[in-house]
Parts: sequence; C-alpha cells; structure tokens
Amino acid sequence: MHILLRGREIDDIDKLEVYEKHGGFDGLKKSLAMTASEVIDEMKASGLRGRGGAGFPTGVKWSFIPQHEPLKYVTVNADESETGTFKDREIMEKNPYQLIEGSLICAYAIQAKAVYIYLRGEFWDIGTQLDDCIEQLRDKGYVGKNIMGSGYDCEVYTHLGAGAYICGEESALLNSLEGYLGQPRVRPPFPAQKGGGLYKEATVVNNVETLANCPFIMREGAEAFKAIGTEQSAGNKVYCVSGHVKKPGNYELPMSTTFRELLYDHGGGPLYDDRAFKAMLPSGGSGPIVPLTDEVLDTPMSYEHCANIGTIIGSASIIVMDESVDMTWVASKVTKFFEHESCGKCTPCREGTYWLDKVIDRILDGRGTPDDVQRIADVAENMQGTTLCALGDFAANPIIHTIKHFPDDFAQHVGAAPAGGD
Amino acid sequence: MAIMGNPKYQDRIQHHLAKYETKRSAVMPLLYLVQEEYGWVNQQGIEEVAQILDLDPTQVKSIAGFYTMYSEKPKGKYWLQVCTDLPCALRGADEFHAWLKDELGVEEGGTTDDGMFTVEHVMCLAACDKAPMLQCNFHYVENLGQEKMRELLAQWRAEAAQPAQG
Repeated sequence: MHILLRGREIDDIDKLEVYEKHGGFDGLKKSLAMTASEVIDEMKASGLRGRGGAGFPTGVKWSFIPQHEPLKYVTVNADESETGTFKDREIMEKNPYQLIEGSLICAYAIQAKAVYIYLRGEFWDIGTQLDDCIEQLRDKGYVGKNIMGSGYDCEVYTHLGAGAYICGEESALLNSLEGYLGQPRVRPPFPAQKGGGLYKEATVVNNVETLANCPFIMREGAEAFKAIGTEQSAGNKVYCVSGHVKKPGNYELPMSTTFRELLYDHGGGPLYDDRAFKAMLPSGGSGPIVPLTDEVLDTPMSYEHCANIGTIIGSASIIVMDESVDMTWVASKVTKFFEHESCGKCTPCREGTYWLDKVIDRILDGRGTPDDVQRIADVAENMQGTTLCALGDFAANPIIHTIKHFPDDFAQHVGAAPAGGD
Repeated sequence: MAIMGNPKYQDRIQHHLAKYETKRSAVMPLLYLVQEEYGWVNQQGIEEVAQILDLDPTQVKSIAGFYTMYSEKPKGKYWLQVCTDLPCALRGADEFHAWLKDELGVEEGGTTDDGMFTVEHVMCLAACDKAPMLQCNFHYVENLGQEKMRELLAQWRAEAAQPAQG
C-alpha cells in the first residue's frame, strides 16, 4: 500500500478534485477540529521520524516550538540534493497536494503564520506546479484566511534555491531564504527557538517526505501508522535505488523491509548478470559505504538495524555498485561532490575536501604513494566533528569507509602489497 | 532593457516583495529575473536588484556568486548541464558527457561558435534512476543516449532557426 507515492495507484491524484475524493484534506479537517497540542500528541504517538536523513522524532520536534511566541514559521525542506536521492521529487510531482496538506497540519500544530517551501532551484518546474496548486487551494479556502472555516490563517509560499547542496542543511536553508549566503549558523539558538529560526522566529524545518506522511497519520490515526514497520522505525519509507540494478527507481515499502527484498525483488538484481554486487551507499554520498555481503543484504532497513551493520538508513538513497567498480574511483567521485558543495565557512571542511580531492586524484593517476592512503584517512579523521554542520562529517565518510572495507582497491594504485594478499 | 520599470517584470517583482518579511529575502527570485532579461547575471542587473532591495551591489554580487544556477557569464541559447555524479556515472554519464562535448566540439564549460550550446557537468540533479540525463535551461531531459541526444540537438537547432514570435 502506498501512503506517499499514491500517484502510482490513483490516476490524476495531482488534481485537486481527485485528491479530495481520496481523503484529501480530511487529515487537515480533523486537525483543525482538535487543539494544536492534541495534533502534536498524535504525531508523537505515531512514531514518525524525520525522513530527510537525521531520523529525529517529528512530533517531538514540533513540541519544541514555544507556544506563547506570537510569530512562528514552517519551512519545508525540498532542497533534495543528496547524491542518489530523488524521492521528494516524485512526491511533489505526482502527489503535490499531500505535501501541502501535511505542511498545513504542521503549521496548525505549531500555530505558524506561514509555510515556506524551499525547493532546490533545479526543481523549477515543480515550483511552478506547486504555485498553481497553492492558488487553487486559496480559491477553495484551504490556504489563506480562515482555513476551512476554522478561524486559523496561514499562507503558503514557494522559494527556489539556486544550486547549492548546503541549503539542505536547515540553518543554511534559513539563511538562504533570508537572502544571505547559504551557510550554516552557529547553534544554539536552534531553529525551534526564538532567535534561531526564520527571521529569528521559532521555526519547524521538515523534509518533504516527513510532512507528506502527516495527512495519513491524522486521517487514519497514529495507531494505523505505528502498525507499519518496527517499534523504533514506524511507517513506510520511500527508498531511492540507483546504480547497478536492473530497475532503478523509487520503491515505497515498510521500514524494516530487507535490503535483499529491495534490491532483488524490486530492483531486479544486478544490472549485468555476470557481475555480482560489491557495495552500496545506503544513504547517498554522505553515509558510510558497506560491502554487499549476505549479512548486509538480510538486514532490515530501519534506523536501528542499519546501525548494527555500521551504516545509516538516512534518506534511504541506495546507490549500488557491482564488482567492476573501483572504490578509489567511488571515493574520488563522492569527494569531488563535497569539495564542490562545501560552503567554505569552516576551515576543516573547506581545506579538507580540497586536499582530499587533490590527493585522491594523485592516487588515481598512479602518482600516489602508500603514505597517501594513510594521509587521506588522517585528513578525513581530522574533519570529523570539527565543523558547524554535518557536511564535514559527510565528506569524511567516503574516505574512511572505503579505505576500511576495500583497502586493496587503494593498494593497487600505490604499488603496495594488497592487505592479506599472497 | 532592464528589470526595473520594465512592465514585463513588475507583477513578479511585487509578488516576491510581498511574500517575504524582509526585502532582502527577495534577492534570489530577483536574480532569476535578471538572468531571464539579460541571459546572465551582469553588473547592471546586480545594481538594479541592489536598488530595488536597498542593498549594496556587493551584497547582491556575493549571493549571485555563491550559487551555481546564476550564470556569471553569457551562455549559449541552450545551456546543457549533464549530471556526472556517482549514480549517473555508474550508468554511463561520464562517457555520455565526453561524447556530447565531442559531438558539439566544445571543452568543459564551453559554448559552440554559433552561440547555440553550452555544455558543462553538474552535481546530482535528483534524477539518478533516469541516467544519463541533463538539464536544458532548467528543464530536465532524461534517459538519454547518443541517438536521442542527436535528435534533440537537431530539434533545438530547428527551433532556434524559427523566426521569433510576435
């Protein structure tokens, strides 16, 4: 059953009247009949956790907003820029009203004045589509003054970024929306606190997929949502599968589905029949890489189970690589991404990504030495935990974990004896 | 022309000024209008945005320089940005990108002599399941191969040869 990618089951659910016919805005209607704190309690009870990658409990995040503050905002993180991630795009293209309804439920729960949907600039066409949706919703009384006769007022706006991965980081996103450089802020104050959010007001920043779950939770109840997945990982997740599989794409499945089911039953198995799977990045470029062993394949895709195999489920952007792939090249590709996307504010990340890229290029060119492999590991370790946002940690991951799991892939370039080789 | 005082843009400028709490927040949408008008973000456009938003041109220029979608120099009529990030590269995007530059006879970031096409590579565009793909003037073109790309190039050349409407 699809909760999020409902466009695959219901034709034209991107049309308002079709969306309404299939329970659209029932969740908002039900929310408006409750008190704001009751809505937050329902969200807490559902066990929904943030789908942008961090997995923070959504209802708890909403409850951090100080109720007495007169001015509050909701900001939707639709910057979807993590390598290998393309789920929010399908949700918005095929089921746009569900995202807006979810945003309004969140807005009501924290009594926000307005919702800003921050889209990556490349989602230009989706921005136009959402603007049209918002206008239709305004005409029908779902957006603007006195929403559905409840007395609650809320505006919804879109904002286009302009090509910067860092703007998916919540405090950089807020800076960008305010017209400043999209660079992370020093915290505290956190966005949920006065002084830390949009225009210095308390703000909830939630991912598209997170908010798109809210209409179901309010319509069907927290228990119905909690019945899916595991105790710590409730609900469905949209898994983005890319790389060396026969059928790349989005697959919406319960959390705790195994990697094996996703990659074989849905993804169709290895792209080339004569090549075995070698490794995967389960959370795009930013999470630790893992070898695709039987143990890993049989691991359920949940927050808790992925921790057991030394990685994270994060945004569930699963990039699959077969045995033809050199992991030094993978480390180089991912490092070039972070080198390009580092915003330049923190020295360890700005300088670290630059030098990592230079030294890996040298290794790939055959000009590296065995010391260079240790050198990049050292640089990466020194970036961890030393930056204002997680980008520095993300950029260290591909180096540290490719070297850890695939030392021979590096050794072959620097003339060293393969580890454990004969 | 200009964006300030140009009737073509007045409604949109007003719309963006109205939707934010501060004028400064409108800097990104207004820079897109500059790019629409001039084809790139030039100094005149930067000064106009600064004047509309009561900012210093240096502040506006720093924003324009931070983001990759604001072009700091003129581009071809069709600005082709090929994603060559890891997931696309696993499905042939590097080879496709190299072939496309070869086909058009341009270097990375270069523009064809007739001013039609600029080719460059970009980071992940959230279309990994439809690789190879590119963005043409901010619209996605997906599931590409050499044959399909040749057809598209011919189609765009034909479109450009049509006399302008109006």
